[in-house]
Amino acid sequence: MTVTRHGPRGSNHPMPRALAELVAAAREGDREAFDEVVRVTHADTYTLAYRLVGNEEDARDVVQEAYLRAYRGLKSFRGEARFTTWLYRITANCASTHLGRRRRHQHDELPEDDGVVDEHPGSDPAEVAAAALLRDRVSAALAGLPPRLRAVVVLRDVYDLPHDAIASELGISVTAAKVRLHRARRRLREELFPLPGEADGEEASRAG
Amino acid sequence: MPAELRCDDVAPTLAELAAAGSTDLRARRHVESCLRCQAELVQYRKLLRALRALRTDVLRPAPGLVADVLASLEEAGERHAIRALLTGRRAAYLSGIAAATAAGAAGAIVLASRSRARNARRFRLAG
Ligand SMILES: [Zn+2]
Repeated sequence: MTVTRHGPRGSNHPMPRALAELVAAAREGDREAFDEVVRVTHADTYTLAYRLVGNEEDARDVVQEAYLRAYRGLKSFRGEARFTTWLYRITANCASTHLGRRRRHQHDELPEDDGVVDEHPGSDPAEVAAAALLRDRVSAALAGLPPRLRAVVVLRDVYDLPHDAIASELGISVTAAKVRLHRARRRLREELFPLPGEADGEEASRAG
Repeated sequence: MPAELRCDDVAPTLAELAAAGSTDLRARRHVESCLRCQAELVQYRKLLRALRALRTDVLRPAPGLVADVLASLEEAGERHAIRALLTGRRAAYLSGIAAATAAGAAGAIVLASRSRARNARRFRLAG
């Protein structure tokens, strides 16, 4: 799999206006416009799906299901919400359903990180390399979390969805979502940014 | 005046303090005077920054995903049209046998296009 890294936040939506226009046309029943929406947004949707389910095959299934639901529910999308946020919520919901269905054969694979394309022209190579290394470590740590914990921290801290949206799409209470978020953050912090004396041995006693 | 908070009391709120910057006053007061909790807060800030940075990483799926999505949309559209046909006014003109045949054919179309999509995917994975 190839990872594309963009510089400043938001540069992966090069045509927000065009996307809004496409969505508006699709809502009027223009199927080709919706096809174009799929083309423009699919890598982003796939990335979220992959981060939630942790493997390529399930991520592809989740993406297909998400676009089917998005297409059917397009009339219920209110223009004032960001379309991408709406699509993230549907994707999260599909991933949650998918994980529930597959709980018995749970396998958390580490993301493959071959074929990294870096797009930081002019940056200090050492800094770029360090940042890339950190992102790979964070990705691996996320993949190592149980799916229930992983989902909340990905949706909250990577995708910035509000607590109530996360709870609603995962079918849990806001309190449960917050508890899971706290556990996920603590595990990640202990693994990635341990305090002195917290390494390895002590980690097991505090995790829970 | 309630007793001073200890590190263990504050620990559960540190991540949220790092994320949202607001928590109850007593917890903040403890952190201001506790080097250990300050150090932990710094580590949470690093974690949150690293997580946010992932947002700009876009994974490029193996080829064929868009085609698969469009095919499934197409298929769903066909199913919808057939259902509309069968439940709509035109169905009233069909005899029972004709309706049953049409339903059978509709099922066959859906199954055929499904297995076509699946075979196509399998082929890509193999190749
Ligand atoms: Zn303290």
